Amino acid sequence: MTTDVDSKAVTAPAVAAFGVSKRFPGVIANDDVHFDVRVGEVHALLGENGAGKTTLSNILTGLYRPDAGHLEMGGVRVSFDTPRDAIDAGIGMVHQHFRLIPTFTVAENIALGAPQPGERVRLDMAAVERRITELGEQFELRVDPRARIWQLSVGEQQRVEILKVLYREARILIMDEPTAVLTPIEADALSQTLTSLTSQGRSVIFISHKLGEVISVADRITVLRQGRSIETLDATGSTRESLATVMVGREVERVERRGVGALPGAPVVLSVSELDADGDRGLPALRSVSLDVRGGEIVAVAGVAGNGQRELVEVLAGLRPRTSGRIVVDGEIMDRADARHPIRMGVAYVPQDRLGTGLAPDLSIAENLVLKRYRRPPVARPPFLRSSVIDAEAQSLMEQFDVRAPSSQTPTRRLSGGNVQKVLLAREMSGRPKVLVVSTPTQGLDIGAVATVHQLLLDAAAEGVGVLLVSEDLDEVLALADRVVVMYEGSVTGVVDAADATVASIGVLMGGGRSEEVA
Amino acid sequence: MSIATRVGLRLEPRVDTPRWMNWAVPVGSFLSALLVGSLVLLITSQNPISVYQRILERGFLDTGSLSGTFISATPLLFTGLCAAVAFRVGFFNIGGEGQFYVGAIFASGIALALGADAQSWIAVGAMVLAGALGGAIWAFIPGILKACFRTNEIITSLMLNYVAGIGATYLIFESDSFWRELGGTGAVFPKGKIIPLSAQWPSFELGTLVVPFGLLLGAIVAVWLHTLQRRTRFGYEMRVVGGAPSTARYAGMRPARVIVSVAMLSGALAGLGGAADVGNFRHVLDPKGLQQSGFGYAGIVVAALARLNPIAVVFVAIILGGITNAGYALQGPDFPAGLVGTLEGLILFCTLGGEVLVRYRIVSTRRQAVTV
Repeated sequence: MTTDVDSKAVTAPAVAAFGVSKRFPGVIANDDVHFDVRVGEVHALLGENGAGKTTLSNILTGLYRPDAGHLEMGGVRVSFDTPRDAIDAGIGMVHQHFRLIPTFTVAENIALGAPQPGERVRLDMAAVERRITELGEQFELRVDPRARIWQLSVGEQQRVEILKVLYREARILIMDEPTAVLTPIEADALSQTLTSLTSQGRSVIFISHKLGEVISVADRITVLRQGRSIETLDATGSTRESLATVMVGREVERVERRGVGALPGAPVVLSVSELDADGDRGLPALRSVSLDVRGGEIVAVAGVAGNGQRELVEVLAGLRPRTSGRIVVDGEIMDRADARHPIRMGVAYVPQDRLGTGLAPDLSIAENLVLKRYRRPPVARPPFLRSSVIDAEAQSLMEQFDVRAPSSQTPTRRLSGGNVQKVLLAREMSGRPKVLVVSTPTQGLDIGAVATVHQLLLDAAAEGVGVLLVSEDLDEVLALADRVVVMYEGSVTGVVDAADATVASIGVLMGGGRSEEVA
Repeated sequence: MSIATRVGLRLEPRVDTPRWMNWAVPVGSFLSALLVGSLVLLITSQNPISVYQRILERGFLDTGSLSGTFISATPLLFTGLCAAVAFRVGFFNIGGEGQFYVGAIFASGIALALGADAQSWIAVGAMVLAGALGGAIWAFIPGILKACFRTNEIITSLMLNYVAGIGATYLIFESDSFWRELGGTGAVFPKGKIIPLSAQWPSFELGTLVVPFGLLLGAIVAVWLHTLQRRTRFGYEMRVVGGAPSTARYAGMRPARVIVSVAMLSGALAGLGGAADVGNFRHVLDPKGLQQSGFGYAGIVVAALARLNPIAVVFVAIILGGITNAGYALQGPDFPAGLVGTLEGLILFCTLGGEVLVRYRIVSTRRQAVTV
């Protein structure tokens, strides 16, 4: 698909973003994003979950307005106030989760909400069907316009979604993780469709976090990390390893190299052996995962998102049942899949979704700080809660962890990302844990907050807590960890000492290579 | 290419709700409902000002009018609390209506069973407990179905309203049940047995003002509920489960258990209303009258206007009770009965509209549509 790149480059890009930024309370979702899509190109947006891909596509489709920066189409500056504006300008979105009405026919779904040329009142279904057939032939997207959606396979439904966008005369198609729902054969067919689209002057923005497919499908790849566009690369010449490195961070500044690690003879506080568990769709997500964490040690779990890290921490937190395997916390076997059990055993957990899972956003800082201790004295005097105790503890924890907020009664949803994380860490550490599991603790935080959070993790380890750090940011992993466990497709592909680890060696393991191949 | 600028409005989510909006928006909604209502009144060739003035007089100001208002307010108070407590945790119990009926069935049943010889305080106490139990059992069904099978409680609780209504009708009209009066005129015209005098709930007289025991009980329950929500461990769980269910699971709470408990608490409150209806006012199980009143549905309006705050429910129930009471008094050839219902509907409509303002703010945008 990399034909004739030079001649394309001469014309103005089909769509381009210049310094696009978008902030949400406490999060910078897009930060000075630059990229351009050429006419007739498949341009991949590659990044971890939370790297800003979705926000960017929402800006491109007029759902959000950028706080700074602007978009250009064909060299002309454009701004979209509503999704309608973006559609009129020729940008169409093919959603990952189809927006189709199962009981309607293909033609009815496509006509739904689309402007009818000429006719204002009567819906000329025959004309719609004719047009669909034409488009189907033009782009090799054959679907029976009279078939009902529920009769179609997932791949065919996706074709309807693409036709829907083409029917609205889109020149630029945004596809959000289009292969996530497809079988391998259907994915091949999609790749044919992409060729046929681009050869007829359409451009495709292909959103994905899968390295392999991006290389095979795209002409160029823009890598997003922490809301920023890091680099745009040609797909030819890119390898999974090189992309993984860019995706998770290349400048390895070992700012906070600790070199302390577990004290000699420190006990193993967390021991996981041969752990298997299923993912959300019931397919195996963890395959025989084993790892150990000693007191005072920081063990990082590295890997591209979606390779079992989330399932691993959820099993440790008692939020996901395991299918087999053994978890031992400080000599005690964890034998129940129940969130209370790990809390009682001393497993603290800072989840990735801080406001959605870690905190109750509408409750105050003080109330959130007792979330895991509200059941027992001194916080509770059943059936009541002692607000004086809660407030006093909040005051001292906020001071100790430097939580900046108007008062302890401020709802946590009003805090900045860094302060949210400090509240979480304050609460988890106040339970005097033996193990601290933290998941992507600095994702979306600004640089100052990142440093604070890193320091708090180092402090926790210095107090003898065994820290299990799940992170997709290799800078962070190499800066903090004593050992790095790399996961790929639910298995541990290698455990390396941080002292010997390089981004390259970890990159190979993240791409599925085994430790033997590193040397 | 050309650039056209048009000015539009859009809604943006608020990060924060200013404190004053918590009372200003409900009050504003109420006033706009009156405003829209006056249009309706004008169309029906009524003078809005004099109608509102008459509602104010008949509902609140005239001698004895407030006592009547209290009677209308009592069931609304209980069903309002029922909706408020359930909605807080995201359990949309639309079944206050049916739970109210079942409460009335249980309370009248126990009153009849204890008979005329029971001591008054025992009979009244038993009715309170039986009413609450009946409502709780009825609300347990949608609660447990939601917890176990994730059924939509709006549908299940709504459907159970009809089941309860038909059940009550069956007891009086279609069977020789324990509740039915079979002697006297009851042999010809189906009706329920009157509960014994000892089981009839007292009312307290303060000068010209008569306060029914049911209203007092409701007010006490409202304060208790407020304390439960703000000060107790269970209330804390309710707030976390209601606002952030996945956080609740993460913290080791049992959201399903909390939801079932709250469903039952909610049902118990509506059931108490049913008990009060029998004990304080009707003194008989009257399926027709119950189903015509629609207290359960009106309770949703009360809860929404009170922004789910139990203490506010007391005041809102009295205000809406006053309007209802005035409606009875004003009904006549020149004042259609449906008008009061229309007004109540408008109040709900405007309240829900007002909620949008609490959550979003309106931003004017300049749109630049670029045509190439």
